[in-house]
Amino acid sequence: MVDDVLAAKARRIRSDILKMLYLCQSGHPGGSLSLVEILMALYYKTLKVDPADPAKEDRDRVVLSKGHGCPALYAILADQGFFPREDLWRLRQIDSHLQGHPDMMKTPGIDVNTGSLGQGASVAVGLALAAKHKKMGYRIFAVVGDGEIQEGMIWEAAMAAAHYKLDNYVMLMDHNGLQIDGRNEAVMGLGDISAKFRAFGFQCYDVDGHDIEAIAAAIEAPSEGKPKFIRCRTLKGKGVSFMEDVAGWHGKPMNAEEYKKAMAEIGGSDDV
Amino acid sequence: MSEAKSLRVAYGEALVELGAINANVVVLDADLAHATMTSMFEAKYPDRFYNFGLAEANMMCAAAGFAHSGLMPFASTFALFGTGRAYEQIRNSIAYVNANVKFGLSHSGLSVGEDGGSHQSVEDIALMRVVPNMTIFVPCDPVETKKAVFAAAEINGPVYIRVARPVVETLTEESTPFVPGKANLMREGDHVCIVATGLMVKDALKASELLMARGIKASVLNVHTIKPIDAQAILERAGACGALVSVEEHSVIGGLGSAVAEVLAGNSAARFARMGIQDRFGISGKPADLFEHFDLTAAHIISRCEGLLKA
Repeated sequence: MVDDVLAAKARRIRSDILKMLYLCQSGHPGGSLSLVEILMALYYKTLKVDPADPAKEDRDRVVLSKGHGCPALYAILADQGFFPREDLWRLRQIDSHLQGHPDMMKTPGIDVNTGSLGQGASVAVGLALAAKHKKMGYRIFAVVGDGEIQEGMIWEAAMAAAHYKLDNYVMLMDHNGLQIDGRNEAVMGLGDISAKFRAFGFQCYDVDGHDIEAIAAAIEAPSEGKPKFIRCRTLKGKGVSFMEDVAGWHGKPMNAEEYKKAMAEIGGSDDV
Repeated sequence: MSEAKSLRVAYGEALVELGAINANVVVLDADLAHATMTSMFEAKYPDRFYNFGLAEANMMCAAAGFAHSGLMPFASTFALFGTGRAYEQIRNSIAYVNANVKFGLSHSGLSVGEDGGSHQSVEDIALMRVVPNMTIFVPCDPVETKKAVFAAAEINGPVYIRVARPVVETLTEESTPFVPGKANLMREGDHVCIVATGLMVKDALKASELLMARGIKASVLNVHTIKPIDAQAILERAGACGALVSVEEHSVIGGLGSAVAEVLAGNSAARFARMGIQDRFGISGKPADLFEHFDLTAAHIISRCEGLLKA
């Protein structure tokens, strides 16, 4: 079911992402655009967080392990009121609290520093174990990329999450099929990822990664006392025709003409 | 004075004692609990002990997760696997955010002996020293090891405690101060200063005693904190003695010797020699034979001091 309000919100978040990336002439458009609905399912449908008290102890935690997708997260955090939207236009600039990769020391609403791929999923295991240790009911959401799955420590984290029966741990994978050097299957084949996580002891779900309701439903689906893995099928560069499913837009800045075209497609204003 | 004991046993006992007064302490290990002696904590506080299996990288990042949740994790494995294999996890997930994680890493340096070069960490101090926000303790005896654990708990941020394996006689008193970043002058003499850390403090003290009989008055400065280095004490000794010899069971690149050289450079004209592993890997052997092999005994310290004074 398409929710018009959320659909409009998704368009605005995408236009914010494009503007941020155009202004700083760096960053990662493809993997930010593919991630939008996954993070929206978390922030608009799932999470117990409070923008007025971002460090609240019993809040749910989000670990954007694919830290390069942070423009999407920043746009959503701004929309939720964690910080002013104007801050977005200073992404990656000196003195900005919005770093190239998420920084919990600088940005309200960021729970864990990420960017070095694989580590976030593991830090999230520690967060989930600590929640159990403290006998608190909050949940931990680790958002990983598909290329990131190639990191060995993802599987160390998966092993530990299953061993400790972390049913408060949810890993969502943005499966857009592309990484810097090309298609996952050409660079380093991932095989049947869900089968692998199932074999590690995860409860697995498979959803359309641009369907907010479907993602949210999978998040709330039974976990049978296990950690959960949700494969979100997405399109890299989603919403901008010339970026869609093109590996070259992983980390490439837009020129003025491309920016104008992209904004026209998204329905955003190209004022800067 | 308390009895001689292995520093890893002292580490295990200290964790148990700290655990009794600080409910936030949790202990993590990577299938080496019976070698690092975190098994002592596990036996006492099974609900506060987490084994991560042979997955050091995951253990270090998970430790960050515990710290971000208000707990105080002590993560242990061998020094080589902690600082080496999990280097970037420590760098990015712990030190970069000043996470309140402590690593007591055992079997450091040559003292792991027979296991050989694959297990002898001669570069762990160097690796940790270049990481911002890191504090590094290298205790010389069981008493200092316990103090290092308690001092680490008072610091808000990452602390590396280098825990050697062998049984070491007690060299310091319960009442000896252990102030992070403040080296202890254990012998005073104005001809030369032996700047030592960890297991080499014992040999430095012995060398100082034997040098005295040969008419050379040698100070012994016990640098239990490699970072932050006590520049003031080093420069004071450089001024008083005019000659210094650093001694460590670690590479001469990046460890104590480098830290002392960085202090002296531009600040002192004192003569200075570095003793340690001369940019080589370790080999199998009994620890005592290895210290002999790598020229790290009291006799070697004596000849280095005499050589420096003649130069």
